[in-house]
Amino acid sequence: MNDDRITLGHGSGGRLTHELVETVFKKTLADEMLDTSCDSAIIGPISGHIAMTTDAFVVSPLFFEGGDIGSLAINGTVNDLAVAGAEPRFISASFILEEGLCISDVSRIAASMARAASLAGVHVVAGDTKVVERGHGDGVYITTTGIGKMRDEPPAGIQAVQPGDIVLVSGPVGDHGAVIAAHRNGLEVEGGLTSDCASVATLVDAMYDAGVRPVFMRDPTRGGLATVLAEVASSCGLPVEIYEKDIPVRAGVTAVCDVLGIDPLYLACEGRVVVFTRPEQAATALDALRSRPEGALSTVIGRVMPGGAGPVVLVTRFGGRRLYDILASDPLPRIC
Amino acid sequence: MRFLDAFRDVESVRRLAAEIASLGPGRSVRLMHVCGTHENALCRWGLRDILPPWLKLIAGPGCPVCVCPAADIDMAVRVAADHGAILATFGDVVRVPARQTLMQAKAAGADIRVVYSISDAISIAASEPSRVVVFFAVGFETTACTTAAALTKATPNNFFVLSSHRVIPTALDALLSIPGPRLDGFLMPGHVMTVTGTKAFRDIAARFNVPMVVGGFEPVDIMLAVKELVLMVKDGRAEVGNAYTRSVRAHGNEVAITAMEKVFEVRDAAWRGIGTIKASGLAIRPELSHKDAMVRFGLQPDDTIPDTEPGCQCGEVLLGRLEPEDCPLFSTVCNTEHPVGPCMVSFEGTCAARYRHGVRR
Repeated sequence: MNDDRITLGHGSGGRLTHELVETVFKKTLADEMLDTSCDSAIIGPISGHIAMTTDAFVVSPLFFEGGDIGSLAINGTVNDLAVAGAEPRFISASFILEEGLCISDVSRIAASMARAASLAGVHVVAGDTKVVERGHGDGVYITTTGIGKMRDEPPAGIQAVQPGDIVLVSGPVGDHGAVIAAHRNGLEVEGGLTSDCASVATLVDAMYDAGVRPVFMRDPTRGGLATVLAEVASSCGLPVEIYEKDIPVRAGVTAVCDVLGIDPLYLACEGRVVVFTRPEQAATALDALRSRPEGALSTVIGRVMPGGAGPVVLVTRFGGRRLYDILASDPLPRIC
Repeated sequence: MRFLDAFRDVESVRRLAAEIASLGPGRSVRLMHVCGTHENALCRWGLRDILPPWLKLIAGPGCPVCVCPAADIDMAVRVAADHGAILATFGDVVRVPARQTLMQAKAAGADIRVVYSISDAISIAASEPSRVVVFFAVGFETTACTTAAALTKATPNNFFVLSSHRVIPTALDALLSIPGPRLDGFLMPGHVMTVTGTKAFRDIAARFNVPMVVGGFEPVDIMLAVKELVLMVKDGRAEVGNAYTRSVRAHGNEVAITAMEKVFEVRDAAWRGIGTIKASGLAIRPELSHKDAMVRFGLQPDDTIPDTEPGCQCGEVLLGRLEPEDCPLFSTVCNTEHPVGPCMVSFEGTCAARYRHGVRR
C-alpha cells in the first residue's frame, strides 16, 4: 500500500479511511492509549489544574533537515504546554491530506510523530483524517491539541517580570527559520543547516528539578527571539537589554540571513526556550539547561532594565545600540 | 564566512573608532552618505554610537525607489491598467505612493508581477508571447547597467522597458549646489562606484571643495572610509578616496559603462522631494525606441500628480535636512505597514531603515 497515493476515498469514512487509520496511523503511532474503535479518548484522572493548547501546522517543505511537519506538530504543541508551566501528557492530531499525496509520506510523518511523542513523554490519544481535492491543500496540514498537568508552582507570568530579571536562551537561535528560508530560496549552505525542532519539556523539567522557578518562559517560534522579547518589554512596560556577543547564532544561519537580508533574531526556533528568572536563580537555571544535551549551548543573553516603558535594546558587538520591535511583515524582494 | 568575519571584527572596529576619535579637528564634522545600504549597516551595527560626538553621519538621497517620482509610477500603472500589459518590477516599487500604487492597481485587476531582475521579466515575455511585457526599470547605476546589459542583446519582440533610471554624479552635483548647511564630506556608495569608478566624481569633489571616500558595507569597511574622510577634512584635501578597493576601481566597470552609453541617453529628470535635476536620468536611445515602452504606448508623464502627501517631509529627509524621527508623521501615522511617504516604503529608505531598527518618535 505504501506506493499508493491518497485518494478522495481515504476521506470518505468508509473502507479506505479505515484501512489508512489502521495500517498507517494506528500501526505507526503505536500508542497503547490510541483506541481507534472509540469516538473519544478517555484520559486521566488528572488532579489539579489542566493546561490545554492547540496549534495548526502548514509548513512547506513537509520534510526538512532536522525534522518534518510531523515532529513539528508534536513538538510545537508540547512546547506550548511546557513553557506555560504544564507537564505535557496527551495529544490529539487532526490531518488534512491532499489528494495525490504518497501514502509512504503519510507513514513517514506518522513515524516521526511517534518518535517525537515518545521523546517528549506524551501519548497521542485521538485523531482525525480528512482529504481535500488536489490543488486545495499543500500536501498535509496537521492540527494538534495538547493537554498537560499544571505544575504546582507554574511561572508567575509576563506581568511578573521585573527589573533585574535575567534572560536566558537554551541554544542557538534561528536554526529552523534559516532551514526553511534556505529551502524556499534554493540556497545551499556549506556544512549544512539543521532545524532545532525538538521538545523543550525536558529542559523545563531540568530547571524545576534544580529548584528554579522561572518567572516567564516562551518558545520563540514565529517572529523569533526578538518578537518574544518585544512582547515582554511591551507587556511589563520595562526595557529588555540584550547583548549581541552573548546570543548564539550558528555561522550557517548568519550566512543565510546575510544573503536574504533578514535578521536571525526574527527567525523562528522550534526547539528553544527563552527563560526569564530572578537574578539569584539565573546561575542555577543556566547549569540546569546546560546539564541536558539539548541545552548544552544555553547562554545568558540579557536582563530586564529598570524604568520607563521600553523597547528591546541590543548592544551590538561593537558597543553600539540598536532597537527591536515586534516583526512587522515579511520583506518584499528588494531592488539591490 | 571567514572572509566576512574579518570585516566584522570587533577589535578592528574598536581600534578604528579610537583612531577616528583621536583625529578630533576641534570642531563638528558633518558627513553625508547617499546609500540605503549604508544606512541599514549603520543602524544594524549601531555604528553611530561608537563614533565621536563631534562627528555626525547624515543620510542623503540614497534610495532609488524613494526618489522615483509619482509621475513615473503613474506611467507604470497606466501601462498595466489601461494598456493591458504585464508590468514587471522590483518588490519595493509596488508600494510607492502615487495617484494609485502598483499594488492597488494589481488589486484592481492589473497584471503586475514582482521580479528580482530584468532577466526574470524577459523570461515572462518569452513564456507568454501573446502578452506585452514591460519591465519598469528603477534604480541608480547599480541596476541601470543590468537593464543596459539586457538591451544590448536580443530580447523577445513582446518585451519593453519603461526606464526610470537615475544617475548619482549629477545628482550629487545638484545636491551640493542647493544652499544649506555645509557638508564636510561624502561617504560614497560602494555599489554605484563599482560601476562608475572614482574618476567620475573627481571634478565634483574639486569644484565644491569637498572630500569623498568610497566605503563598502561591512563595519570595518565603513569605519575605514570614515577615518579616511576625517583625515581629508582635517588636511583640507578635496579628493576622491577609495576604502573599498576590493570592489571599486578608478575607471569603474568599463563593460558596464559602455553598455549604458550604448543603450541610454542622459536627460533631465524629476527626483521626488528634490525636483528636476539636469542630466540626471537615463532614457532609452532613439536607436532602441522599438524597446521603449514610452514610445510603444505614447506615454507622457503627468507632472500634476503630487509627489508627497500633505505633511510628509520625505523631501527634507532625502536632502539630509531632517532626521526621520523629527518628522511628525514618523512612527505615528507613517510606518512600514502603512507608509505615507516614499522613504518609509523601500527597504533602502532612511525612514524605513530607522523604523525597522526600532527607532520611534
